[in-house]
Amino acid sequence: MRRRETLAAYAFLAPWFLGLIGITIGPILASLYFSFTDYSMIGGSDWVGLQNYRDMIGDPRLHSALVVTFQYVFVSVPLQLALALALAMVLDRGVRGLPIYRSVYYLPSLLGASVAIAVLWRQVFGANGLINQVLAYFEIQGVGWVSHPDYALGTLVILNVWTFGAPMVIFLAGLRQIPAMYYEAASVDGAGPVRRFFSVTVPMLTPIIFFNLVLQMINAFQTFTQAFIVSSGSGGPSDSTLFYTLYLYQRGFGAFEMGYASAMAWLLLLIIGGFTVLNFVAARYWVFYAD
Amino acid sequence: MPTETRRAGPPATGAQTPQRRSAGRALKHAMLIAFGLVMLYPLLWMVVSSFKPTEDIFSEPGLIPSTFTLDNYTEGWTALEYPFHHYIFNSLVVVAGAVIGNLLACSMAAYAFARLEFTGRKLFFAVMLMTIMLPVHVVIVPQYILFSELGWINTFYPIIVPKLLATDAFFIFLMVQFIRGLPRDLDEAARIDGCGHARIFWRIILPLCTPALATTAIFTFIWTWNDFFAQLVFLVDPEMYTVPVALRTFSDSTTQTSWGPLFAMSAISLGPIFGFFLAGQRYLVRGIATTGIK
Repeated sequence: MRRRETLAAYAFLAPWFLGLIGITIGPILASLYFSFTDYSMIGGSDWVGLQNYRDMIGDPRLHSALVVTFQYVFVSVPLQLALALALAMVLDRGVRGLPIYRSVYYLPSLLGASVAIAVLWRQVFGANGLINQVLAYFEIQGVGWVSHPDYALGTLVILNVWTFGAPMVIFLAGLRQIPAMYYEAASVDGAGPVRRFFSVTVPMLTPIIFFNLVLQMINAFQTFTQAFIVSSGSGGPSDSTLFYTLYLYQRGFGAFEMGYASAMAWLLLLIIGGFTVLNFVAARYWVFYAD
Repeated sequence: MPTETRRAGPPATGAQTPQRRSAGRALKHAMLIAFGLVMLYPLLWMVVSSFKPTEDIFSEPGLIPSTFTLDNYTEGWTALEYPFHHYIFNSLVVVAGAVIGNLLACSMAAYAFARLEFTGRKLFFAVMLMTIMLPVHVVIVPQYILFSELGWINTFYPIIVPKLLATDAFFIFLMVQFIRGLPRDLDEAARIDGCGHARIFWRIILPLCTPALATTAIFTFIWTWNDFFAQLVFLVDPEMYTVPVALRTFSDSTTQTSWGPLFAMSAISLGPIFGFFLAGQRYLVRGIATTGIK
């Protein structure tokens, strides 16, 4: 019986096994191998040991890509989550028409990664764009935000913050789970709204905050489309929007330096894995589980 | 153990008069609406601008066009090497393949993980969960080499075949969670009646999984429709371009004068997402609240 069930299970898992081996684990191992070679599609591969990794240490564009990506992740994710939590708090307090507000705020999350929205962003923050038209109404002279190295990354941060609806919906679901009696007890003890927020809401919500944080960080590290479209694939101006994945694309599929791109992919995996582990370790000190 | 799942929020403190409360409520709605408008303004503006002559786009931040024209749509439709419906058709083929692949392959794997006892279940389940977090960039280079060895570059296979092999593990996880919530009595009764696993899966579990399948279909549609990276890498010739890749060449070749047609095609490209959003809101919200996918 058990044997038959095992066989049936393997039959149901057959497509997944094939995919796991052929399209996931095989390529992971291959990419590890390629990262030690000088592979260019045309010339085949030569083993170069740690050369790609050494080159990465001395590659100024890689350094700026890291700086850009870190700035983006560590500015946009906290802003996005703070906004998501704030709106979820407001909407949770029995607002009429909640489904409509929730939908309106959530919609950008679905669209945010599309080329169309990136195209829109390029115009909105362009020299003749919507933002500058509005500023002109107030007689303020704007700059070409996306073509200015000091502001281009900021416009992409705004784009990511704009997609706060997805974490907001998760926060809303989490807020629903906090028993009303906790708030009642806190009120009886004389806690005001601020005190209730920090003593009841935040501790009870920490697992959800943690979940959103991990998820949004992983997503943000992999940002590509927006930077590619806004800079026409260059990562400009002056590499100010050269996201890590964009630079990886340039080296791998622009210059066909597959070995170098693979080494870069492994560094990305280590960074994302590292921050995820770090999040889990730190979680022990601030995430509170009721049971 | 909390019994209350819905509540109206923390109790109001102090003695607020009804007038003050309704004034407060009106203010709150005014702020929520204002904020929603600010958020949606760029989108509305893009749609409105797509009906404006290009010179008006640069001079009118308002939403009411002084001149209404469909020229941007006719111009944009034919501005690229192929008419725009060619790219829409390509996108639909890719999306249809991806949706069917994800529905079939992920539900099969989920059935095994949720309902069957087998050697290595815990290990494989853990591996499956780990693949959810894997950045696509780690596998894209070897996948590119593999698919180019197979002669698949510039075909839709690199995008569709992985879905048929359940590489979107997110949806396996989603369906495992869902199937675990279904009463076991049903499939055990069927098993006693002599049904095999194939029949139980197809006749009992799948029909009960409709909400999870709908969530999977909707998100696969939207993700694949929006996906740019894989399509950019694997589709090389304009003949095979999907909508996002076509929009990209459009925006690269565009000088300032053709924002109108670009907006028109961008608006069209967002159309199906809007449609699915309106039709599937219930599933979308539930799907995201329980699994965190967006």
